[in-house]
Amino acid sequence: MITFESVTKRYADGTVAADDVSFEVPEGELVVLVGPSGCGKTTTLRMVNRMIEPTDGRITVNGEDAASVPAPRLRRDIGYVIQQVGLFPHLTIADNVATVPSLIGWDKERIGERVEELINTVGLSQEVASRYPRQLSGGQQQRVGVARALAADPPIMLMDEPFGAVDPIVRESLQDEFLRLQRELKKTILFVTHDIDEAMKMGDRIAIFNVGGILEQYATPTDLLATPANDFVVDFLGAERNLKRLALIPVSAVEHEIGPLVSEDDSSSRAQEVARESGTDWVLVTDTEKQVKGWVSINDLDGQGTVGEAEIQPFDTFVTQDESLRAALDGMVESHLNVAVRVDGDGRYEGVVTHNTLTGELK
Amino acid sequence: MAQSLFDWSWVLDNLGEIWAQLAEHIVLTVVPVGLGFLMAFPMALASIRWPRLYSPLLGVAGILFSIPTLALFVVMIPFTGLSKATAIIPLTLYTLLILLRNTVEGLKGVPSHVREAAEAMGYTRTRQLFRIELPLAVPVIIAGLRIATVNTIAYVAITALIGQGGLGNLFMDGFLRQYPTPLIVGLVLSVLLAVAADLGLLGVQHVLTPWQRDPG
Repeated sequence: MITFESVTKRYADGTVAADDVSFEVPEGELVVLVGPSGCGKTTTLRMVNRMIEPTDGRITVNGEDAASVPAPRLRRDIGYVIQQVGLFPHLTIADNVATVPSLIGWDKERIGERVEELINTVGLSQEVASRYPRQLSGGQQQRVGVARALAADPPIMLMDEPFGAVDPIVRESLQDEFLRLQRELKKTILFVTHDIDEAMKMGDRIAIFNVGGILEQYATPTDLLATPANDFVVDFLGAERNLKRLALIPVSAVEHEIGPLVSEDDSSSRAQEVARESGTDWVLVTDTEKQVKGWVSINDLDGQGTVGEAEIQPFDTFVTQDESLRAALDGMVESHLNVAVRVDGDGRYEGVVTHNTLTGELK
Repeated sequence: MAQSLFDWSWVLDNLGEIWAQLAEHIVLTVVPVGLGFLMAFPMALASIRWPRLYSPLLGVAGILFSIPTLALFVVMIPFTGLSKATAIIPLTLYTLLILLRNTVEGLKGVPSHVREAAEAMGYTRTRQLFRIELPLAVPVIIAGLRIATVNTIAYVAITALIGQGGLGNLFMDGFLRQYPTPLIVGLVLSVLLAVAADLGLLGVQHVLTPWQRDPG
């Protein structure tokens, strides 16, 4: 756990990088510091491992006042990842990863095993161990940076725009992999970015900073989007705030309805009755294996014996429980029916998410 | 009587003398460069630790470097006579500017993010200097040693005027006797010595910086 208690950083020239900042990073959570340049987010981060000393206030790291621990010792318990990576060019990848374990005096064998394990953990092949940093791509270097930070299994990690220097595709996969890793490792992480979308994606909680080191709001991503504290936060969250909220809510979090469901063997009159009962002018058709065939307009059922004889329109988009409500909205727009069809992992019908459910969720 | 430009028989007759002067030349190069580095290195560390020292130190080294060689040797004579020290002390002082500047610039050239990472990993200041910054400064430091060494090899010859001189004695001999052979031998050997020293230091750099070699 990291706590900031009324922390202020004022430079000699009068610039304020942190203005009476108080917040708490709970154990095992990833907290993102985000804001425009000049808002002091990096300074705030660097005060935790005393790369920068606060002018006022107190920072505790796992209950201990950071200022009371000798800086080198404090830092060995705090992983550190920066945008430029900062690998040591003259050391092999293995030696780079081994940095902190060597500093704290692990024996050779233990270091060797740990390095091998970490190279796997961050998704690199063992061949890179004997290479030098400049022989690796930017994305690979960034992975080594993460491995090096994790080496001595520090309970706390500081990450300053760690994925900022790689291209968008690599960045996205590094983010996904890191989130997967974090679910296992449950580190207490402070993460700086200027990109609100990255903040939304990575953060359990987000601290939005304004120029002059002012902490404007500290909340979970969903709370931020639902109840932004002021105009600055609204502006910073950007356009399409509701779409962003939908993107954060999984389909599994909302009710789904059974919908006007019929089987392709059902009679047309039965299908028309189902539609009438649910107040729609269409029915949703599945086969006996519960695979979705599509939908049929009740007008097309006139004069047909069974539903299967009518013209069935296919759905182009389905959602599964792990997808977001934003994907569900996309499905609705696609089908013109105001519903998104929810299926399980094997494509079997589970129900529909309705437009009303979405708007209800946004209220 | 027509005298040939180069007389091999002189070379054969004086092989011992030639070797002795070459050895002397090497000593008069290695000792000043070594001493110069021993002096410049702590000065460079101090300049990094207390940046305000750098300018004055560099200034003094620059003034020393600008004193004409011969003048400095002559100034030394009342104190140290015609001894080796009379040659070695000025030669050492001449190396300071280059060695100090290159060592400081080499250390300053370590990328700030590398330094930041080292600090954040929990390196102590001294350990960071010796484990991270110095190894990375090696190419620039060795570049300084190469210039200083080649310069010193040239200056050594001048010390023949104060009774030292290594290969410079061969120049003097040839000049005074209007006899080109020793002059040519001295010249060729000092050029070869400079080239050999330069390549040798390059080799040392190659060994010390495996991380700079191209991926195999």
